[in-house]
Amino acid sequence: MSRLLAAALAGGLFGAGLLVSGMTDPAKVQGFLDIFGNWDPTLAFVMGGAILPMLAAWRIAARRRISVIDAMPLPERPDPVIDRRLLGGAALFGVGWGLSGLCPGPAMASLGFGGLPVWAFFLAMLVGMAIYGRVKA
Amino acid sequence: MNPDWILGLCGGVMIGLAASAFLLLNGRIMGASGLVGGLVDGSGRGNAAERATFVATLIAVPALLVAAGLGAASDPVAGLGTLVLAGLLVGFGTRMGNGCTSGHGVCGISRFSLRGIVATLVYIATGIIAVLVGRMVGLHA
Repeated sequence: MSRLLAAALAGGLFGAGLLVSGMTDPAKVQGFLDIFGNWDPTLAFVMGGAILPMLAAWRIAARRRISVIDAMPLPERPDPVIDRRLLGGAALFGVGWGLSGLCPGPAMASLGFGGLPVWAFFLAMLVGMAIYGRVKA
Repeated sequence: MNPDWILGLCGGVMIGLAASAFLLLNGRIMGASGLVGGLVDGSGRGNAAERATFVATLIAVPALLVAAGLGAASDPVAGLGTLVLAGLLVGFGTRMGNGCTSGHGVCGISRFSLRGIVATLVYIATGIIAVLVGRMVGLHA
């Protein structure tokens, strides 16, 4: 299998999973964050369901050390550095996530049917990414 | 059990299997913001085709499923101005913090990564505050 075929498989399965789980619906995502209102725990089940296979995958990764395709070194564990960049970035992301009920994966997964609102969010997200790239440089 | 939770669990397992396949086959972290962000700022130039392919099927497969009646389209929960502001914050914040719900959340927590766990707690906390404040000022119903 080629890298591109594997990437296509992973992207498609990710998108289908986001749709099936209800996470392409921003109302369900906002409902999870609405703990003082009408709380919707679905996102916790999605996160839990996604973590289960990944627990096994990381165990296999620790034994194998290299990828199946091209025998590339598997991603190393990052230094456990909790700095202002991590905290500030996560904080800003969370505000945008709460206001819109959208994060990058579900936003892209709903581009095909979400119309102008999702496209507006997505294009602004790309601009935000480009701005950070400039600020950092 | 609520059918939404069961669908959530099933969809979640699909997401986890996708991340597992990307990790073990291609040796990469399945983080949505990192994969698309590397295309935006040029840091992913070396593997742009792999990133673009991932993004293309991430967009196409749910679109096809909804077109075939196998899934529901959904409505926005905020006006265009709020969505643009939110998009800017999500784009800037995920690049600054090096990840989003898939990278820090799914891939990080399952590895017991301190950075992933802390980032997830922080973005859930500020997300809760944003929803609360947004409701108080009437941004959403």
